Amino acid sequence: MKDCYLGIDIGSISTKAVILDEENKVLSSCYIETSGSPVDAVKKALKIVRVPNDYVLKGIGTTGSARKLIGLMVGANVVKNEITAHAIGTLTYYPDARTILEIGGQDSKIILINNGVITDYAMNTLCAAGTGAFLSSQAKRIGVDINDFGKMALNSNNPVKIAARCTVFAESDLVHKSQLGYKKEDIIAGLCRSVVLNYLNNLCKGKRLEKPIIFQGGVSKNQGVRKYFNEILKADVIVDDNSHLMGAIGVAVLAHRQATNKIYNLDIENIKFETKGYECNGCSNNCEVVRIYKDNHLIDSFGNKCQN
Amino acid sequence: MGNYGFIVHYFLSNVLKDEIIDPPKITSKTLELGSKYSPDFVCTPFKYTLGTLIESLECGSDILIQMGGGCRYGYYHELQSQILKDLGYKFKLINLINGGNHIKLKKLIKDYNLHIRYYRLPKYYLIAKTMVKYLDSIESYVRKNRCYEKEKGSFNNLEEKMINEFKSCHSYFKLRKIYQKYLKKFKSLQLIKPKQEIKVGIIGELYTIMEPYANYNLEQKLNDKGISLIRFTNVSYLLYEKKRKVKKFLKNLKLKYRMGADALDNIYHTKYLCENDYDGIIHIKSSFCTPEILIMPIIEDIASKYEVPILFFSMDMNTSETGFETRLEAFCDMLEMRKK
Repeated sequence: MKDCYLGIDIGSISTKAVILDEENKVLSSCYIETSGSPVDAVKKALKIVRVPNDYVLKGIGTTGSARKLIGLMVGANVVKNEITAHAIGTLTYYPDARTILEIGGQDSKIILINNGVITDYAMNTLCAAGTGAFLSSQAKRIGVDINDFGKMALNSNNPVKIAARCTVFAESDLVHKSQLGYKKEDIIAGLCRSVVLNYLNNLCKGKRLEKPIIFQGGVSKNQGVRKYFNEILKADVIVDDNSHLMGAIGVAVLAHRQATNKIYNLDIENIKFETKGYECNGCSNNCEVVRIYKDNHLIDSFGNKCQN
Repeated sequence: MGNYGFIVHYFLSNVLKDEIIDPPKITSKTLELGSKYSPDFVCTPFKYTLGTLIESLECGSDILIQMGGGCRYGYYHELQSQILKDLGYKFKLINLINGGNHIKLKKLIKDYNLHIRYYRLPKYYLIAKTMVKYLDSIESYVRKNRCYEKEKGSFNNLEEKMINEFKSCHSYFKLRKIYQKYLKKFKSLQLIKPKQEIKVGIIGELYTIMEPYANYNLEQKLNDKGISLIRFTNVSYLLYEKKRKVKKFLKNLKLKYRMGADALDNIYHTKYLCENDYDGIIHIKSSFCTPEILIMPIIEDIASKYEVPILFFSMDMNTSETGFETRLEAFCDMLEMRKK
């Protein structure tokens, strides 16, 4: 029997799960939509990724915005923030990486690395104009499937300029441009370009982007955005085949590092998880306390501001 | 603000015969009330203090005391009293730092028929002043060592006990004895020090830095992650040391002008932290705090020269606590990785 490790990355838009072997090779992976329900998404994901027959599961890690909840649900041994997870995942495959650009569904980050150690990072604080959610909502608006979005952008020779400082203004600018009769390709290319510009303006201010640069997150699958990163940074931006899974891979690696001898199983399909929120009226803070029940037993609660 | 409230209460209740009403502890309701009646782009302390003032007025107070100055904070009481008057409250707002001169104070005392026990003033002034000093010195010890505590909560419990004893103390010498007793107790608390200690300095705008509610309990969170902290800004620093030190800072940094509020101090402290082998710096400010925004590029430049990582936070009622925690967690992970 060989050991393997599971990493789950529950993002705002998509849920990723991978199973790694001892040598950090991906044995099984899946990428599905969260659709607003992380518990169901994880249940679904765990049906798709399977522990191969001659392997035993020795560790589970969770990351992403629902890491705490899912960590409790699957009994993870590592619960880590997505910044660390992405850095660790990338460093496993590219030990000499210096810059990681990551654009996800709702946030975007940049991580700078020197000698295998994170030296600086930034995460968008203001607006979602440089993220995947913006692209997918605009794709819907123009009536283009998000999977064809990147390819269409490549066909354009004349990307329109879009004011993408803020999602709301970008959208009205976009409407304006399409009312003027610009071609769809040009508008899409303009959008991809504006995402890149916004990302660089927002996050990379005052930071030196050293090569090699690695681009990951769901948006890295978009050829249009990739093209403009290459063009504007004047560098060859590396996109791994598993770039969209990097967070999950990173946390699986961490689960491996901190593994004990415990053996995990993934039979959570029939267990009912329920989250109940209630407003504590102990003081005027009125904290929203979240309680998580596993088959009607309280397993944890958080959200309180005071000690009680 | 922070734990200082009890000292002000202590001083006033011993000097005045009149009833003192403590403002309720700052909660999300305070901020909600404050933001509702504040201009949108004013810095967050304005909103917190306005909220607190409204809550105190609802508790029945008719004289409000505020201390603030240095930056535009100094004008806030004027604007706030106008806002409160427009809301229909009847009260008197005194700002002790700007415009609280003797004649005005005397008139106020006469107008409101306050009963001041003048003979008690010098004694309690001295005690209150010393109390601030002692509290600050204990708190900075706590900040530095709480992260290594063996028994969880031992530092916080002891501090609470000390504050309770402070409250019932009425003599300068007794106060000193209590302080020395507790200092000994604090030093005898058991610590477990890890092989690699991580030390972080906290700098930034004074209100956000000192009020735990405004910074999501940053210090406790960092201490829980095993990080030892140093913070320069506290009330005794602001009231007694700042004036003297500013000259030193100007000379040391070869600067000609101050930039308002604590901007200069923070630049100097950044340099100090970098030169004294601190592992990281966290800069927190309230949103729209002009002096701190001005110095951000400067301290970023200093920190990058010394290769010390620096994390910036801007606190507002719109700041999401989840995002804050993710960034903080990543920062701690990064410091740990760098140490190895």
